[in-house]
Amino acid sequence: MSPLDSETQQIVAAVVDRLKDEPGALLPILHDVQNALGYIPPAAVPVIAEGLNLSRADVHGVISFYHYFRDTRPGRHTIHLCRAEACQSMNQKATEVHAKHTLGVDYHGTTANGAFTFEPVYCLGNCAASPAMMIDEELYGRVTPERFDAILADWGKR
Amino acid sequence: MSVTIYVPRDSAALSLGAEEVAKAIATEARTRKVDVTIVRNGTRGMVWLEPLVEVALSKGRIGYGPVTAADVRGLFDADFLKGGAHPLNVGPVEQIPYFAKQERLTFARVGVTDPVSLEDYLAHDGYQGLMRAIGLTPADIIKEVTDSGLRGRGGAAFPTGIKWKTVADAPADQKYITCNADEGDSGTFADRMLMEGDPFCLIEGMTIAAVAVGATQGYIYLRCEYPHAHRALNAAIEAAYAEGYLGGNIRGSGKQFNLAVRLGAGAYICGEETSMLESLEGKRGEIRPRPPLPAIKGLFGQPTIVNNVMSLASVPIILQKGGEFYKHFGVGRSRGTLTIQLGGNIRRGGLIEKAFGVTLREILYDYGGGSATGRPIRAVQVGGPLGAYLPESQFDTPLDYEAFSNIQALLGHGGLVVFDDTVDMAQMARYAMEFCALESCGKCTPCRIGSTRGVEVMDRVIAGQNRDFHVTLIEELCDTMLNGSLCGLGGLTPYPVQSAIRHFREDFSK
Repeated sequence: MSPLDSETQQIVAAVVDRLKDEPGALLPILHDVQNALGYIPPAAVPVIAEGLNLSRADVHGVISFYHYFRDTRPGRHTIHLCRAEACQSMNQKATEVHAKHTLGVDYHGTTANGAFTFEPVYCLGNCAASPAMMIDEELYGRVTPERFDAILADWGKR
Repeated sequence: MSVTIYVPRDSAALSLGAEEVAKAIATEARTRKVDVTIVRNGTRGMVWLEPLVEVALSKGRIGYGPVTAADVRGLFDADFLKGGAHPLNVGPVEQIPYFAKQERLTFARVGVTDPVSLEDYLAHDGYQGLMRAIGLTPADIIKEVTDSGLRGRGGAAFPTGIKWKTVADAPADQKYITCNADEGDSGTFADRMLMEGDPFCLIEGMTIAAVAVGATQGYIYLRCEYPHAHRALNAAIEAAYAEGYLGGNIRGSGKQFNLAVRLGAGAYICGEETSMLESLEGKRGEIRPRPPLPAIKGLFGQPTIVNNVMSLASVPIILQKGGEFYKHFGVGRSRGTLTIQLGGNIRRGGLIEKAFGVTLREILYDYGGGSATGRPIRAVQVGGPLGAYLPESQFDTPLDYEAFSNIQALLGHGGLVVFDDTVDMAQMARYAMEFCALESCGKCTPCRIGSTRGVEVMDRVIAGQNRDFHVTLIEELCDTMLNGSLCGLGGLTPYPVQSAIRHFREDFSK
């Protein structure tokens, strides 16, 4: 595990310091660390554990329990493609196959140019406009393979 | 004079281009030097018409939809600001049969108001329930809720009034109100639409609950997949604090209630109440054995109300108009309204709030207009990924809790996912097991191991290996999971699997 650089160390320590007295502080801390860094570096675990008087195993156990938390650096943007039943009923599979082919990665992978990380998600709550997809915090509906390409081209320009 | 135009900010509308439409209208109005006020409302729930642009005229709100940014210039040319004729003109929005035939109690304001404007909320009957509750004794508030017949809308359908009374009667220095907003079931989006479209309604419901049971702290446990709802809730909470509807002395009543939003992290199991409490305490979302009930020993070991968004959002109108008013809607032991969410392969998907008792067929065909692909509807999964698949022969079942349990199905949160005749039900049964394996918290063996074995056995069924033997094996496995799991995840995963085998046996012998 690579050590945190001093800037990252400061960011993590500041988050812990700000939230550690909240009741049930661990999830809010993990969210804020991931919001700031894009992921929760393994070297941040001891800092968080010490701040909350927990064991490192406790903190690691929580991080690994939740799908949303990640311990590796993601691409610049994260694509979440919904895999749940409503999307399946509208041929989500075609979009999934197309997306994997276009991006050149499987689920949980990051594109070679570092632009996108591709993740599955189980329901985005957009079931009347399936298939659904989210890029960072922007939601898309009726994502056919053609629309996937158009959306991706749009993000490529950002 | 400025014309008011409504363009939804609901994420379903945004997912279909509402942001671009709002920008295009603003730009076009500037170019033409027309004075318009754009209000970002919630959605009316008619997702097939989104983005649905509404123009406020003296004769009511006239709708245009579905609008794309490219249509905007044409709408101005057609004089849409005066309700002009245009192929996208759908007439007065509240007279569209899909909308007009609903009984909107919980969703009365959603799509009508500016969701984050407290002023707008107050102008549309907002906080009348709380104001009345403050003048009542806690016992009388709980009596109204009990009399209304309200049952937990999260799926378990437990009488809300009884849960509240248990917490009210539990002696403690600190009690909590928690809202389960971890709406993870596929085919459900009512919680999201309410939180994005009328967040004050949920806040008011929680505040009434707090006054009723003597709780001073509340948490909304929101799934992190809902960033728009997160922003709307935070904006509404801030406004409620600023005007004394939350905080140390609610509207001068001497009552105290503080409220915060906590984000989940993509674990489906945290929609189970004890797992949600663990997560709120900052732990892995593993199930707690019951008893003790959360109402006695819940968050941080204190008496805690855990209610779903829809349950809590139904409370303001019950307190405003009385339990008797609410009870008047519905059938049998299912009183009030159900917020039906129609999704998947359906022509007119969206949210339909109706009194209990409407049949599945009416929803699928009269409202939904049949499948999106135009092919016959073959199966409908009701109540999320743990709900049964129903065949056409069961479409006349009325939507009420007891009628559904009579056919070994669940009404759950009221989500309907529609499949046309291209669906392979053996694959859907396999997926149910796969989902359970992925989302199991690992606490109990039937769920943790059973789901993984279930995927393997389904793979053999699908591959045609010793098929009858393996179908029998999966039925036995379902029996073990159903009877031996600690909570609803392992305990209900058999529902979609067994119903698929029962009603669509031909897909298991291809």
